[in-house]
Amino acid sequence: MGSTNSTLSKIPNVEELMRETGFSPAHIVRLYDRFESLDKEKTGHLRPEDFGAINRQDTVDFHSFVRILAHFRPAENNRPRDPSLPEPVNSRISKLKFAFQLYDLDKDGKISRAELLQVLRSMMEMQVTEEQLESIADRTIQEADLDRDDAISFEEFRKSLEKVNIDHKMSIRFLR
Amino acid sequence: MRGISHPTSGAVGEFFSKRLSMTMKLAVYFLTTGLTLLTLPCGSFTEVPSKPSGTVTVLPPVHPAGGPQAFPNAEKSDLPVFAMNYSRIQVPFEITLWVLLASFAKIGFHIYHKVTFWVPESCLLISIGLMVGAIMHAVHEEPPSVLSYNIFFLYILPPMVLDSGYFMPTRPFFENIGTVLWFAVVGTLWNSIGVGMSLYGVCQIGALEVQDINLQENLLFASIISAVDPVAVLNVFEDVSVNEQLYIVVFGESLFSDAVTVVLYNMFTFVAEMPVVETVDVFLGVAKFFVVGLGGLAFGLVFGFVASFTTRFTSNVREIEPLFIFMYSYLAYLVAELFNISSIMAIVTCALTMKYYVEENVTQRSCTTIRHVVKMLSSISETLIFFFLGVVTITTEHEWNWGYILFTLLFAFLWRGLGILVLTQIINPFRTIPFNFKDQFMLGYSGLRGAVTFALVFTLPDHIVRKKLFVTATICIILFTVFIQGISIRPLVEFINVRRTNRNLDTINVEVHSRLMEHAIAGIEDICGQWGHYYWKDKFMKFNNQILRKILIKDNQAESSIVALYKKLELQNAMEILDTVSEGTSTAPSVISLRKEKGPGKPKRKFVAADLRKMHDILSKNMYKIRQQTTEYTTKHSLPNDSHTKEILIRRHGTIRRSLRLRSFQSPTLSGGGYPSAPRSRIGQPSRSSSRVSLPLRRLDTLTEVSSSAGVDLVDERSGGRGRAGGRGKSRLNSSSSDSRVPAPPCHFDSSEVFHGNRDSMPEQEEPLSLSVTWAEEPSDHDDSSTQNPLLRRPRWNPVKPKNP
Repeated sequence: MGSTNSTLSKIPNVEELMRETGFSPAHIVRLYDRFESLDKEKTGHLRPEDFGAINRQDTVDFHSFVRILAHFRPAENNRPRDPSLPEPVNSRISKLKFAFQLYDLDKDGKISRAELLQVLRSMMEMQVTEEQLESIADRTIQEADLDRDDAISFEEFRKSLEKVNIDHKMSIRFLR
Repeated sequence: MRGISHPTSGAVGEFFSKRLSMTMKLAVYFLTTGLTLLTLPCGSFTEVPSKPSGTVTVLPPVHPAGGPQAFPNAEKSDLPVFAMNYSRIQVPFEITLWVLLASFAKIGFHIYHKVTFWVPESCLLISIGLMVGAIMHAVHEEPPSVLSYNIFFLYILPPMVLDSGYFMPTRPFFENIGTVLWFAVVGTLWNSIGVGMSLYGVCQIGALEVQDINLQENLLFASIISAVDPVAVLNVFEDVSVNEQLYIVVFGESLFSDAVTVVLYNMFTFVAEMPVVETVDVFLGVAKFFVVGLGGLAFGLVFGFVASFTTRFTSNVREIEPLFIFMYSYLAYLVAELFNISSIMAIVTCALTMKYYVEENVTQRSCTTIRHVVKMLSSISETLIFFFLGVVTITTEHEWNWGYILFTLLFAFLWRGLGILVLTQIINPFRTIPFNFKDQFMLGYSGLRGAVTFALVFTLPDHIVRKKLFVTATICIILFTVFIQGISIRPLVEFINVRRTNRNLDTINVEVHSRLMEHAIAGIEDICGQWGHYYWKDKFMKFNNQILRKILIKDNQAESSIVALYKKLELQNAMEILDTVSEGTSTAPSVISLRKEKGPGKPKRKFVAADLRKMHDILSKNMYKIRQQTTEYTTKHSLPNDSHTKEILIRRHGTIRRSLRLRSFQSPTLSGGGYPSAPRSRIGQPSRSSSRVSLPLRRLDTLTEVSSSAGVDLVDERSGGRGRAGGRGKSRLNSSSSDSRVPAPPCHFDSSEVFHGNRDSMPEQEEPLSLSVTWAEEPSDHDDSSTQNPLLRRPRWNPVKPKNP
């Protein structure tokens, strides 16, 4: 893995990155190595072709890479949070926001029926017919939609998942 | 929980609780016991001579003259009119009576719900056993010596283990499999070796007079008492809904610790006979351990797959479908026993693999039968063991040795506590959600000993010199843990406030979002180059879908869990509507109140037909062949309780009602026929009421045909079965129409009216009900039944992938 210090010095703004995301230096180095191995052409950016179009943006640089991955750290509940600091990236709310963004492609703050349908379609691939998808989407919106605007806002999203252990579902072990 | 219990016992129970007091119940028990005891004495009941008196059989004196006898054979026996032949039926009879007795005990203490709430069932069973044992001791009877090694291992243990394996919650189990195996295997080893060594050390103390127990025997004893059986704890955990991780670790640990204990038991019994143990033997022991474990796994997998494959072809022999499950599991068990491999591992693995595929192949009824029978058999086994434990406690000769027994108790707790602490520290870094101290305390505290421990010690070979001491010590520790820990765990769980998990997560939202998150995590894990749980799970699901399911499941339609959950929820809503329909006059008030919302209305007769058809619409839209997934429930003493599904029913029904009400006042947005937008009040329509009455009834026939062709069987749906031929459903609905009401959404009548409107082009119909009309519309639009409702169609497997994978 190379010596930590030399790798760290290659990354610009690494202290700010660490502070913002909460990763330790060892983690940053590991992620950097991974970034480099994914970035086969050494452009300093990852494009959708590099990992099969998971991101909506066209390119991802290392900082964004780390920031996104930081969402998946297991949340620490023990430290009393300083309310003046911004919400940590891996808290429950942030994870929920991240998941919400996976649906909300046009970023209008609501999951519309069409967006929901698109996500459902891509998840269930060939297993269901279009009408079934629509019924399921209808039901999903019906269940969650409290203000009856036929779309799921972030608040409604959060409320529908309030009993789910998000921390468990959206965390990767090694990122601790 | 009582939903599935037999009506007769309920009536009897009521009778008992009203008329008889507790003491009288005990008197009844004693009566039963007395009856049992009368028949118990083995051999004292000989064959009653069938002849009236003894002298008839005496040969006539031989005449010295040797003349021909008139009757050469004077033993003339009369035809026995009434005879008793006890010895012939003795064994099955006694077994039946014992089982019945234990089951009566179970009926008895479920009468008072509070009793089973505070005191775990195992305690109660042991107490009853103690009483029976006391009686038997008083009349100087011996309990039937039925508990031998073979009987326990071949007949009593398999059902218990099959139950645990079959109802193991698979997803949490596989997510926590590392932890479970770690605690089970390493934990049991730690406990056995630790306790064994300590006891050996204690044995060296001369004062206790136990110096003749050598190391092997100590180790053997220690391994026996390391088998954990936290049935009582699991019941409490389930009631309280403790967090899933803790639950599954305790559950899995009990199962696999049984397996490990049995292996150790066999190993140490063998070793105990050897005069000298060398290092080679130790290594061989370790190797044997692995062979035994992995071999059991392999056997189980093989049999599981074969069983699944067999059930693919059983659609014509549905009556014996459950038989295959049991035979294959038992076969796996026996074959593993043949090769001295861990049979518990084999049967558990077999059940785990089988369950998933079999439940897809087999009819709903067979599914229910299998689950029910598994529960029943395991319940019998467990009941018998605990009951017997109680009896034996009193009737065997004990060898009491204060020192040894107290030290056993002490070391057992000590080593378990230490073990949990150390093991948790080691494994916590590897877990996504580490165990906190409360969890660890609960883990340690749930180390109850039970059935397997007792059976193992009871069937120790007789060449172990201090067998009686071991039996006494084991019974002591079992009684201590079961009573003290079993009773105190419930208040402790509440007091400590362990992390809970919310089980009531049956909403589509949760399912969809969870799936999305899982996909996201799998992707992220891939990016990070890390092979975590979700990566393996993803890989396995792909393998499963592409290869395994095609081989093992007949007419393979891969069904996403989202779709399955959706179907299940819609079905429940529809069933709730059915429930309210058949409740008769009790729902009349709600109908009336609904009517009052819209204004004075028509006589009740109108509701009936229209509502019925409305219900038909809902059902035909939403009911189709549904596979009910195995509910995961793990108590050995009861079947699952579906009370939380009722909540969903009510919620969803409310949602439908609200949405219908809402949309009736909105402008319609659906395609398919122009519906005018003005909402119609029914106040001004009394004149046409009579004409509308006749039409709905006609319409009903069309709909029943339509829905029957869709394969809906409402009778079966009511009982939770899968949809079958619709003929029975028809008659059921028609017969219930006379006394049924539906607290329907107020727009019901609107739908019926609009329905005619579209068919008979009556222009006055203006009610806008877009949603319900759609439902009603579809059957009429298409002639062929196969396309009449999109949701009724099974999705066809598209050969072309629509987008990149």
